[in-house]
Amino acid sequence: MRVEIRIGGFGGQGIIRTGLILATASCVYGDKNAIQTASYGPESRGGRCRSEVIISDEDIDFPKVEHPDILVAMSKEAYLQYVDDLKENGILIVDPDLVPNKRENLKVRMYEVPATKIAEGLGKKIVANVVMIGAFAAITNLFGLEHLKESIRHNVPKAFIKLNLTAFEKGYEYGKSLLKS
Amino acid sequence: MTVLQEFEKHPLAKYLRLERFPHIWCEGCGDGIILNCFVKALDDLGINMDKLVVVSGIGCIGRIAGYIKCDSFHTTHGRPIALATGIKLANPKLTIAVISGDGDLFAIGGNHFIHAARRNVDMTVICSNNFNYGMTGGQFGPTTPLDSYTTTTPYGNIEHPFNLVHLAAAAGAVYVARWTALHVKRLTESIKKALQKKGFKFIEVISPCPEIYGRRNKLGKAIDTMKRYRQICEIRHGYDPAKAEITIEKIIVGEFIDIEKPTYGELLQKQFLTIQKR
Amino acid sequence: MTMHREVLTGKHLMQGDIACAEGAIAAGCKFFAGYPITPATEITERMARRMIEVDGMFVQMEDELASMAAIIGASWAGAKAMTATSGPGFSLMQENIGLAVMTETPCVVVNIMRGAPSTGLPTEGAQQDVMQCKWGSHGDYEIIALAPASVQEMFDLTIECFNFAETYRAPTFLLADGFTGHLWERVVIPSREEIKTVERKKPIVPADKYVPFKPDEDLVPPMACFGEGYRVHVTGLTHDELGYPKTTDPKIQHELVNRLCEKIRKNSDKIIRTYKFMLEDADVAVIAYGIPSRSSLNAVKRAREAGIKAGLLRLITVWPFPEKQVEELSNHVKAIVVPEMNCGQVVREVERVAKETPVHFSSKIGGEPHSPSEIFEVIRRAAKA
Ligand SMILES: Cc1ncc(C[n+]2csc(CCOP(=O)(O)OP(=O)(O)O)c2C)c(N)n1
Ligand code: SF4
Ligand SMILES: [Mg+2]
Repeated sequence: MRVEIRIGGFGGQGIIRTGLILATASCVYGDKNAIQTASYGPESRGGRCRSEVIISDEDIDFPKVEHPDILVAMSKEAYLQYVDDLKENGILIVDPDLVPNKRENLKVRMYEVPATKIAEGLGKKIVANVVMIGAFAAITNLFGLEHLKESIRHNVPKAFIKLNLTAFEKGYEYGKSLLKS
Repeated sequence: MTVLQEFEKHPLAKYLRLERFPHIWCEGCGDGIILNCFVKALDDLGINMDKLVVVSGIGCIGRIAGYIKCDSFHTTHGRPIALATGIKLANPKLTIAVISGDGDLFAIGGNHFIHAARRNVDMTVICSNNFNYGMTGGQFGPTTPLDSYTTTTPYGNIEHPFNLVHLAAAAGAVYVARWTALHVKRLTESIKKALQKKGFKFIEVISPCPEIYGRRNKLGKAIDTMKRYRQICEIRHGYDPAKAEITIEKIIVGEFIDIEKPTYGELLQKQFLTIQKR
Repeated sequence: MTMHREVLTGKHLMQGDIACAEGAIAAGCKFFAGYPITPATEITERMARRMIEVDGMFVQMEDELASMAAIIGASWAGAKAMTATSGPGFSLMQENIGLAVMTETPCVVVNIMRGAPSTGLPTEGAQQDVMQCKWGSHGDYEIIALAPASVQEMFDLTIECFNFAETYRAPTFLLADGFTGHLWERVVIPSREEIKTVERKKPIVPADKYVPFKPDEDLVPPMACFGEGYRVHVTGLTHDELGYPKTTDPKIQHELVNRLCEKIRKNSDKIIRTYKFMLEDADVAVIAYGIPSRSSLNAVKRAREAGIKAGLLRLITVWPFPEKQVEELSNHVKAIVVPEMNCGQVVREVERVAKETPVHFSSKIGGEPHSPSEIFEVIRRAAKA
């Protein structure tokens, strides 16, 4: 099974780091194959930013995302730019405070995760991406939780591991609550 | 006795690749004098010839690397300093001398010169400044005086020449000297000093090119040029290199700069020790 | 403590560029000189951090002319040496690449290819320097170039490059596209003992018996380095076996230049590596290298599902060109498809060798690699024709 994930936002939100955490969790700590690519260049210096992850049980031949199964939109721009590429019945996860006025009648499963607000509640806006990862894990059920936590430990500065793990838990709980409702 | 047999008896012969002689230089060319002074300096210092590397670029003087009996590299035009940087950094135990021309070191290779001086890479750079590109038949170069005639300045040179000692000093060289092919003893002493000193050292040698530059500018034979050097040279140690521009009336020679500054290798070694302790 | 720093044994998610740097270190690289350029900068940055940890030497030079010169110098001082760059820098290196060929200097040059000509597309991958890699410096010569298609291969083939460079005393190229250079993927780094590395052949005779450029049977002369007491003279001029310039004897030029070519050509069976997929009964063969070979693999699988007998020959060695393999293949397939991220470079070699067999070229420039469906379409057309 091949799953294509696209994460969009702007520079400074840890978009690329998010992709790396997901990819590391599945191919280093888990036993799947994974690939991460990022849009690079002027875009990575504060402007638009995009990370793509492919996860697969088999070898990944073509390494690019064409029609994502999952889109995580952390900015309005990313939402507008990528939402039409999403597969029918694909999963759309948005931060509602960053993506207002979503379009009606899209054939997707949409989840709203106020990741930035939750992160602010923890005192550090920059962990919004990890809150999102937590919610993502709950919603998609694609990863082993331990793999993800291991990956977070590996991918964030030592001093911030605890904070990031808390952010992850918060996001995970929020994601679970969305599934119940 | 053949010429070669006679040659072999010379006390400095052991420093040379005798099988490569006669050399390619014209009669009266200053490059032979530079070779002579360099080899004499090696002998005086008792340099370990197994640990010396001579690197040159392309040009008449560039052939010098092939005449000295040590490890030597005759590189591409303009690149001897960059290549020598690689040698020195990969094996800091080696002593490096770069001997090349004014065109090689300051036109096509000018960028490497200033950056090696800035980094203070440990090497001695000797420039045979004959005010033109000898090897390619006498075109003008970055040291050709204003109004001089060369094959590419048929109406006289309109480009301002570099003052090499000023350039070297400004770029950060720790030792800067200028001599002419006339100053055999002083040049030898200068080379000795440079070879013993750490850091980026620069010696400019004003060198007659009677065959090409001399002829085109009606400077007479090599001996006439040497006589002129005697008339117009003035030895001024410690003189401000910025003011030591070469003119028709005067050439200031001497040691301009002699300072201490940590070399690239030393700073790296320090950093290395800190990192290894981690 | 420094022991294991050289080989980061284990499973990692790594970027292609970083895997390349780690491959170099695992191969024993002790000298890196470079000048920053997208998309190869990450290699230079990694080496800046890592070389000092492994008793190696990193230097950021003033430009790529200097970087290339410096690795030649370092190699003669006894170090395994590498530089990394992209198109514009690769152009600047060409003269000294010729010097490395002529002086038989083992060294590795990494080119993470980006869109060109000129400054082109700095952040977008391409395969536009393949011919330059072969012919970019003046004169006749042969070099070795390997084309990785995954991050694992960025690691593995960089080691291979060092081994070839040291074995054949020739500049060896890792010719990767910017997409692979910037890709993040899993790399499994084996233990130090499992990594095969090659050291250059040294003279076994004393200095007075040593003839520096006299080849052994494999056409490669043993190499004495500076400071070892052999007092070698090295020149980019045409030289005799002693290493001395000999510029008026046509025989010397003939012998030297031919040997420099032959030492690669005669050993090409040992150098050429390819990967074959479903070629046994194939009617249509895709010949690809680098990132398009991954799209091709996918396209070949689709073609098989659609009932077309397709297969893939992936070139891991691009230079020397795998003539024998391509020729053999052309004798039993009906058509060949060559996708490249350029306007047609390796396809010329394929056409030259394949003779009568029709060759369909698929060009893609601008940064995006071919999609599998694009290549599938060409396969379908080729199968029908
Ligand atoms: C890239 C390149 N451009 C041009 C040349 C031709 N060339 C050979 S020597 C030389 C000039 C040498 O002048 P200089 O360094 O002053 O040495 P001299 O011959 O005067 O001793 C030139 C231009 C070359 N060999 N390589
Ligand atoms: S051309 Fe000039 S520099 Fe060259 S060897 Fe003759 S005299 Fe010397
Ligand atoms: Mg000159």
